Amino acid sequence: MPDLNAGDTAWVLVSSALVLFMTPGLALFYGGMVRAKNVLAMLMQNFFAMGIVTVLWVLVGYSLAFGDLGDGGFIGNFDFAGLEDLANTTTGSIPTLAFVAFQLTFAIITPALITGAIADRMRWPAWVGFITLWSLLVYLPVAHWVFAGGWLAERGALDFAGGTVVHVNAGAAALALVFILGKRRGWPKEPMPPHSLPLTLLGTGILWFGWFGFNAGSALAANGVAAQAFLNTFVAAAAGMLGWLIVERLKAGHATTLGAASGAVAGLVAITPCAGFVGGLSPIVIGGLAGMICFLAISLKFKFGYDDSLDVVAVHLVGGILGSVLLGLFADASVNELGKDGAFYGGGWGLFGEQALAVGAVMAFSLVVSAVIALVLKVVLPGGIRVSEDDENTGLDVSEHSENGYALERV
Amino acid sequence: MKLIVAIIKPFRVDEVKEALQSFGVKGLTVSDVRGFGRQLGHTEVYRGTEYKVDFVPKTQVEVLTDDDDAPRVAEAIIEAARTGKIGDGKVWIMPVDEVYRVRTGERGTDAM
Repeated sequence: MPDLNAGDTAWVLVSSALVLFMTPGLALFYGGMVRAKNVLAMLMQNFFAMGIVTVLWVLVGYSLAFGDLGDGGFIGNFDFAGLEDLANTTTGSIPTLAFVAFQLTFAIITPALITGAIADRMRWPAWVGFITLWSLLVYLPVAHWVFAGGWLAERGALDFAGGTVVHVNAGAAALALVFILGKRRGWPKEPMPPHSLPLTLLGTGILWFGWFGFNAGSALAANGVAAQAFLNTFVAAAAGMLGWLIVERLKAGHATTLGAASGAVAGLVAITPCAGFVGGLSPIVIGGLAGMICFLAISLKFKFGYDDSLDVVAVHLVGGILGSVLLGLFADASVNELGKDGAFYGGGWGLFGEQALAVGAVMAFSLVVSAVIALVLKVVLPGGIRVSEDDENTGLDVSEHSENGYALERV
Repeated sequence: MKLIVAIIKPFRVDEVKEALQSFGVKGLTVSDVRGFGRQLGHTEVYRGTEYKVDFVPKTQVEVLTDDDDAPRVAEAIIEAARTGKIGDGKVWIMPVDEVYRVRTGERGTDAM
């Protein structure tokens, strides 16, 4: 194998494990926020992503995302289907199979992010169908556009670790789905408070921990850019938490644990596209703004009357847009020779324009294709995509999985 | 025979239990319950959205006594449960037709 670097390889392998751990972390983050009767359904939708996406990735996923690398195109090819001919080859300074595993963990968590929006009401078969089709028809093309030298990357848009591919993509899909699926019965009149905020906080800690792999691993090397991305990730999460808590205390009267958790995640989302391209105090500004603006974005669902149950739109779509667009201002080429200068660093407004275009393109594509997938499933699946009124009242743990998350009562 | 039912603040349950034991009560039943009285509920805030929680958690204590002891048992509960703040709860006394001990079949005050 030519030019293989042991340190780089070790870091990317470790990062892959870190990012995989984010999906159970996300499951707990969301699982704590739903009502007790739906906790297993939420955990299951997330865990299942680790099953279905992994198998799809080996069969065709990696090849459709990363085939025809650097072609400036729309989607890859079938050259590497079944991971054909990849043993003992390198990508950069690491084994290609390490890159395959690392990218797989991104493909897993992206559709898992959507589950927070559709909590408590989507039928299990509908989720199986949706995540399968969405991974193939939405995630793989968008990953190719941005991560594999596709048309957006060729135009010059930057995305260090997935602000567009992961967060804008999943957030737009969530927005499309909640309109087609409809509101939870009783929302917003009936209170539906989180059943276990301790689970949510534990999940937040796991997400924060895993995000070091997500962002610093995206350097694909154990070098200075990885260290910069690592620190930026750390700082943006902290600033996001503070930003959210300040606005929450002023607007709603209390600094809450859910607010601390949500703010940290908002900061992490926004720094994702920027992680290896900005330096100095920029992560404090980006993370802090994300915490404040994502908190304010929660009110959108009440204004427009859509039930984005756990605020995937406010945190991931809004946070992803914010981070991707702010990169056009804060990018600093002295941090990373593969980066560029943004408007605040003498690079002019060109990058800002490309970032805005990338956000708009990914958002529009994901909104439209996600809506089409959901509408097709609604017609094709014998039971539709939404559970019956009885099942919704009973809870999805029993209706969809015949299990009970907390078998505490003995009577 | 009487059944005394008390709805009290959950954190006073140990004081009430000790007061009843020192009175000589041989057994009691407690359950977690929810409800509201003059105290009404409280509000909780999730992601900036306020929810009114109408039913607050309380503990229900049930004790069987003979007719003579009933008023003094009720007083013992009231004294032990009182904090002087709103939401201390209620105590009431109900008539009981018959009591059986399951193991022996004893009836009436012998079964208490």
